Amino acid sequence: MTHVKTQIGRRAFLKNTGLASGGLIIGFSWLNSCKPKAVPEKEMELALKMPKEWSEFNSYIKIGENGVVTLMAPNPEFGSNVKTSLPMILAEELDVDWKMVLIEQANFHPEKFDRQFTGGSQGIRTGWPGLRVAGATARQMLLMAAAQQWNVPVNELTTNNGTVYHKTTGQEIGYGELASLAKDITIPEEQEVPLKAVSDFKIVGVSKKNVDTKNIVTGKPLFTMDLQEEGMLVAMIALPPFGMKIKSVDDSVAKSMPGIKDVFTIQTLQDDYERNFFDTTTHTKIAVVVGNSTWEVMQAKKALRMEWEEISDSEFVMAGFRGKTTIKVPAGLESTEEHNEKMKEMSLKKGNVLRRDGNPEEAFLNADKVLERTYTAPYLAHNCMEPVNCFAHVTEKEAVLYAPTQAPELISGTLAARLGLPEENIHINLTRMGGGFGQRAYGHHLVEAAVISQEIKAPVKLVYTREDDMTYGIYRPTYTATYRAALDKDNNLIGFHVRGGGIPEHPVAANRFPAGAIDNYLAEGWALESNITIGAFRAPRSNFIAGAEQSFLDELAETMGKDPIDFRLELLDRAAKNPVGENNDYEAERYAGVLELVKEKSGWKQSEKPGIHRGVSAYFCHNSYVAQVLELSMDSEMPKMEKVTAAIDCGIVINPDFATNMAEGGIVDGIGNAMFGEMSFTNGVPDHKNFDTYRMIRFKEAPETIDVHFVENDTDPTGLGEPPFPPIFGALANALYKATGRRHYRQPFITDKPSLVG
Amino acid sequence: MIMETFTLKINGTTKSIEVDPTTPMLWVLRDHFNMVGTKFGCGIAQCGACTVHLGDNAVRSCQLPISAVGDQDITTIEGLSENGDHPVQKAWLEIDVPQCGYCQAGQIMTASALLKKNPNPSDEEIEGAMNGNICRCGTYTRIKKAVKMAANSELS
Repeated sequence: MTHVKTQIGRRAFLKNTGLASGGLIIGFSWLNSCKPKAVPEKEMELALKMPKEWSEFNSYIKIGENGVVTLMAPNPEFGSNVKTSLPMILAEELDVDWKMVLIEQANFHPEKFDRQFTGGSQGIRTGWPGLRVAGATARQMLLMAAAQQWNVPVNELTTNNGTVYHKTTGQEIGYGELASLAKDITIPEEQEVPLKAVSDFKIVGVSKKNVDTKNIVTGKPLFTMDLQEEGMLVAMIALPPFGMKIKSVDDSVAKSMPGIKDVFTIQTLQDDYERNFFDTTTHTKIAVVVGNSTWEVMQAKKALRMEWEEISDSEFVMAGFRGKTTIKVPAGLESTEEHNEKMKEMSLKKGNVLRRDGNPEEAFLNADKVLERTYTAPYLAHNCMEPVNCFAHVTEKEAVLYAPTQAPELISGTLAARLGLPEENIHINLTRMGGGFGQRAYGHHLVEAAVISQEIKAPVKLVYTREDDMTYGIYRPTYTATYRAALDKDNNLIGFHVRGGGIPEHPVAANRFPAGAIDNYLAEGWALESNITIGAFRAPRSNFIAGAEQSFLDELAETMGKDPIDFRLELLDRAAKNPVGENNDYEAERYAGVLELVKEKSGWKQSEKPGIHRGVSAYFCHNSYVAQVLELSMDSEMPKMEKVTAAIDCGIVINPDFATNMAEGGIVDGIGNAMFGEMSFTNGVPDHKNFDTYRMIRFKEAPETIDVHFVENDTDPTGLGEPPFPPIFGALANALYKATGRRHYRQPFITDKPSLVG
Repeated sequence: MIMETFTLKINGTTKSIEVDPTTPMLWVLRDHFNMVGTKFGCGIAQCGACTVHLGDNAVRSCQLPISAVGDQDITTIEGLSENGDHPVQKAWLEIDVPQCGYCQAGQIMTASALLKKNPNPSDEEIEGAMNGNICRCGTYTRIKKAVKMAANSELS
């Protein structure tokens, strides 16, 4: 038994005190008031016999008199399995039979749950200590209740699968029978609550099916898009290009079309509103069409005649991690061609020094040979399969929202301020999201839907068309990075320099590998302003810089005549034994560990099979380490992905089969974005508006086999949503080089544009 | 605009609706019949999220005007099986394919139409059928395993 020092789990109990237990809703009952009657009762009957009475232990755990347990899934689910894996942690420490567990999705209740945020691959890492304590505390209360009942010391009792045992007397009692007594036991202090030893885990580390798969494969309503409330209207919005704002809206045709209720404009945020963090929005003044059905509103939206006018330079104040910042929005109609020219110019100038070790300038002066390469990547659109949408019903007293949102806590305050309602009267319900990838951390759609509902005084579902979703903004920024390596006459690496920039942020993580492994090191960053909005996109910054860096290290290893894995291991050995600098943002041993594992599992020591070309890459981000070997063959001009072998160190793996699924998905998504992903602009207008011209990876382009291996250890778990994504860009580039003899410096790799030569 | 009355056979049940004849089947299902298992993804038949069966064929319901349906049977994800136990659904559960899940109804409808016509498809035939369905989560490798598992279960 081990103890973890945390107050989170205990706070879950204390927070719950005095709160009405309004959470006795099971499964998908959020839809009970909606037209498509879900069939949860039938599903549940099949699965479990519902208890007559629930005993609520804390915000997360309720136990029925028949031993059925309800566990809350606190974080919004966008496909990373937190609805299954977070409750697994509770169930482990509570020591119940997983078959007796029902999972309920929590709605946004900051007073009951901590950090209801899905993003940054932090759900498992930050949930782990608190959920363990929450589960273990409830278990301890059950033990204490049994001890009272039997008049025996607590420390003579044990539990197994939802039953308490007293071995000496042979007595046993189920959690269900104890629940009503145990829930009123004085909450034990944390030091009285033992946690399981990792070696005793029975649920964590054993694959469990995703709790929603049955509902997904039978087409049950799960997503906000599926919500059909009585009296609900459908709204769509129309937006100007970047650098423009609405001048006038001619609604004469649209307004008279069948099923149309109203056409109007709204201001989502006032110009002087001091924005919360992530209140990113491309346009604050938008045109709105409201009507009875989606198809009718879609037609009327097309009939709107709108005039735009150019914006002037402006700025707004936004809260951030490090206090308030002023964000400048420059005027102008921006184009990709112009962006690329500007970025090229900037690459030649010095940037802000982010880190400097030794004397890099001297190292380059003394170098016998310098390898210099520049990498670039375009903007990317998120393209979640469920287009942006949100349900809102705003009355004078309250606002009820259902939304695909990763970050309800970041938008709740803005909703309250904009609607003129107290924040406690803003109710955000967390539905399953049809993808997130960072885009759904930005809550503009909640504000838009709520303001529309307030205006039209009716429940409204705001629906973006695919074109709206793709052209609204909040993209992965466009980036560039120039790498330089200084080699002495004996081909030793004596200096390393990275200068990265982008619009409107730079991608350089200055304290990550290979910082710490090279005596003379310089990292610089620069950024250019833009009116094209950007936001988090699966592994922000890492999603570019990993591919650039890992491609460069591959070429550098080749220049030095070294095996690319052995070269990285040599650098990591140096970083482990005698690190340069003190602020290195990675553990060199764990980094080397995944490289060693991928080397073994991919059969790297054997030479490439005929017709198969392979590339390696490894990266650390979001607290996890991933190394990958990609093998491809060439089918005329197109690469065919044969196999990816991945080695991952994310500490304890909660749900191994789904963790593997996440790694597979990250790899496929990464290959797709590296080969095809591209958003470009002409005079402020996005050039790609739908999947006919925005190329996504498709079925036959995915690898035939993805072989995922996890490093086995007892380290506290870290995330997986992002870490498998960035390195594959490099593994693909390096394998393509082996196949074609040509290095790829510019994403996307497969394009009709001529490829740049280094 | 002239509204017309259409009588449709959906999942074995006859349903009538008065609607603009250009309305795509997708929106008739979702907005008028509250059958929301069929998803809206792109609206231009490029992603496959809206796939249903028209007769035995997988079609993109976002580009299928209601006036073109006639007396052909429509099958949606809700009607693919009585208890969610179609071999394709069972394989999807067994392999635990979905991540976010939004595209999966369309994937399943495409796969089930393929297997109905061709119970033992080659890899190329599976690729040919499934290539029109996008999954941003990148579950293609599992989808392929599940299609093969369903194919084998149908043969056995």
